[in-house]
Amino acid sequence: MIMPNTFRGGVHPESHKRDSKDRPLETLPPPPELVLPLSMHIGAPCEPTVMAGDRVLVGSLIANSSAPISAPIHSPVSGRVAAIEPRPHPNGGLVQSIVITNDGLDKPDPLIDTRGSVESLTPKDIIEIARNAGVVGLGGAAFPAAAKIQSGIGKTDTLIINCAECEPYITSGYRAMIENTDEILGGVRLLAKALEPKITVMALEANKLDVAERFRERIGDDKSIEVKVLKTKYPQGGEKQLVRAVTGRKVPPGQLPSAVGCTVFNPETAAAIYRAAMTGAPLLTRGVTVAGSAISNPKNLLVRIGTPLRYLISAVGGFKADPYKLILGGPMMGSALSSLDAPVIKSTNALLAFAEGEDRFDPNPTCIHCGKCLKVCPMNLMPLYINMYYTHHLDDELKTTNVSDCIECGSCAYVCPGRLHLTQVCRAAKAHLQDLARKEAQGK
Amino acid sequence: MNTPKSPIIPQAATTATAPDENRRMVVSSSPHVAALDSTRGIMLDVLIALLPALVVSVFFYGFRSLVLTLITVAACIAFEWLYRRILKKPNSTGDLSAAVTGVLLAFNLPASTPYWVPVVGAAFSIIIAKQLYGGIGKNFINPALAGRAFVMFCFPAYVSTWTPAFEWLPLGGNVDAVTSATPLASMKDGLLPSASAFEMFLGKTGGCLGETCALVLLLGGAYLVLRRVISVRIPLIYLGTVALVTFVFPLGGAARVDWMLANLLSGGLMLGAIFMATDYTTSPVTPRGQVLFAIGCGLLTVFIRYFGSYAEGVSFSILIMNVCVWLFDKVGKPARYGERRAKNGGK
Repeated sequence: MIMPNTFRGGVHPESHKRDSKDRPLETLPPPPELVLPLSMHIGAPCEPTVMAGDRVLVGSLIANSSAPISAPIHSPVSGRVAAIEPRPHPNGGLVQSIVITNDGLDKPDPLIDTRGSVESLTPKDIIEIARNAGVVGLGGAAFPAAAKIQSGIGKTDTLIINCAECEPYITSGYRAMIENTDEILGGVRLLAKALEPKITVMALEANKLDVAERFRERIGDDKSIEVKVLKTKYPQGGEKQLVRAVTGRKVPPGQLPSAVGCTVFNPETAAAIYRAAMTGAPLLTRGVTVAGSAISNPKNLLVRIGTPLRYLISAVGGFKADPYKLILGGPMMGSALSSLDAPVIKSTNALLAFAEGEDRFDPNPTCIHCGKCLKVCPMNLMPLYINMYYTHHLDDELKTTNVSDCIECGSCAYVCPGRLHLTQVCRAAKAHLQDLARKEAQGK
Repeated sequence: MNTPKSPIIPQAATTATAPDENRRMVVSSSPHVAALDSTRGIMLDVLIALLPALVVSVFFYGFRSLVLTLITVAACIAFEWLYRRILKKPNSTGDLSAAVTGVLLAFNLPASTPYWVPVVGAAFSIIIAKQLYGGIGKNFINPALAGRAFVMFCFPAYVSTWTPAFEWLPLGGNVDAVTSATPLASMKDGLLPSASAFEMFLGKTGGCLGETCALVLLLGGAYLVLRRVISVRIPLIYLGTVALVTFVFPLGGAARVDWMLANLLSGGLMLGAIFMATDYTTSPVTPRGQVLFAIGCGLLTVFIRYFGSYAEGVSFSILIMNVCVWLFDKVGKPARYGERRAKNGGK
């Protein structure tokens, strides 16, 4: 069977990757104060294992949880716990956070044991390593890696490494793939060892052929890993879209890729697991692209998790124009920030600053029933009808729209000539239906 | 920044203060970038696609067609502006949809139509058919066709005399139109038209001012397809249905191919299939819905041409199918992603 190499729908936003793709990951010196929110992953928030005033070293465990889906947090610097208090979180609001004063010594925690070899590891070991190192999906979703490996064991015939990085502007993953190729492939082999797939596919978009070449070179004769070049189209990196493009399979509604025999990992996540296995080092740093029309000097930075965002802006030479909008993540799915007070968390892959509105805001959004939203929706939804039913309170009709399938990729709102806030409405409609379901459940 | 008008949609854009810089950041829902498509741009493309047909019309019927078109466009824009002004709604003439309605309404009238008739038609199109339902995107029938039907019922004498090609009409005064039999009129009697298929393809026949030249209408359609304003689905299936039915059931013992070509190239079929049946607001958005809609348009067109008391069935068939769009969108709803796994998701 000929595989499709792409999915139905999607859009082609201006990539803007050229601004930063040739800027190697630059190590940002750790700031004097770091803020680590107790919740920076999907799943249960952590409980602090330290108290204000405690001394911590690089890699010391500072927060943990016994919940099955969670990821421990480690100190990215050596220093002292200044406070445990609510601080601004990048996703909005105040979240209980551990504040650490950096002593500038970068003294490593002696408890970290270096293994130096990964040959003898069993699947159980690999899960434990990923769990103890606090590794989460670094592509943006921040799902705990250990839980994902666990859920994929015995169900995976295709391990897909999501190298698509389809969001405009972001190149931190691209840099990692160029600069840390061996670590990524080492991690991919570890994941393959744990999941025992028939085939492992490094899936990337046609705009990263140099990475494909690099992967192929390093993979050599290994027939168990295949490099697959997909069409450059947003949201190629969406899990369901990627599974479809690579295998031709469709993940059923409300289910995970494992339902069709696939497990999807981000390459940087693989590298983090590899580093943890080799050196014992927990997840302490990550790559962040700083770019956008208000940034004087777009760069890729290797940042300690917990570094305040403001610090990143000064590292790239500040703003060249007054920022109008600050975005954490990509312009299609990232969230707008009200300030730079929040820190970099495990899922932060980019910080963008736009000098002016690039969403072409219209004070009078008007649907002209053109159907473009339906054409681009990768989940076969009809955003224009979701919009109509939601705004007219037609709850029974809204329930027939399958809006719960929406992956909030933003394609509909991106393409809408009438400038409707379609993605926002889909998000609100999903929440509204969940509310209704909850109320109905309570009523009975 | 203006606040969006709908009270139920969460505010689209709010501002929050960045405490240290005292700068106000805009916080809004993703996505934060947008494609360049706009309603105005789309309508501009439609106007560009219609322009060649206007030029050809001047060539065949004289500058009276141009003046008639300009008056209709001006009337449409004026009524839209006035209506929204009186009802204190935001001005929407900038989206150019009223201009498109004006051109299409004029194209559906004979060149000899008195100048005041399209003004009345424009009032019906814009006020009754479009704005009373909320304006662009909300009307359930094609405004231009509604206006055309209105003047046809009210002033049949003024809009059913057709000028032969190259009889340039005077610009002013009463036009003593030299009525010529349109191809459709003779086809009603089961006779092939006197004009050859090639002459009809070039538009050298009597008819409404913008409908006769299939060549330039097809060129305009190709432009819209290339610009991705429309897909070929509706025009192709509409024309295909007409072609198939007229080929299988020719009237009056005419040769099948000649009869089919005469049907395809006569009347308002090209204009209707390419520019009217593809109107966003009054055509379905779902692929399956579009197929059903186009087949329905084709069948009704032939039905009216064969059995109706009017010679032409394009505008009524589209108007009738317009009111079924909502149903077609429901019927054509795409399959839920990943639901038919047994069929599509095999290993």
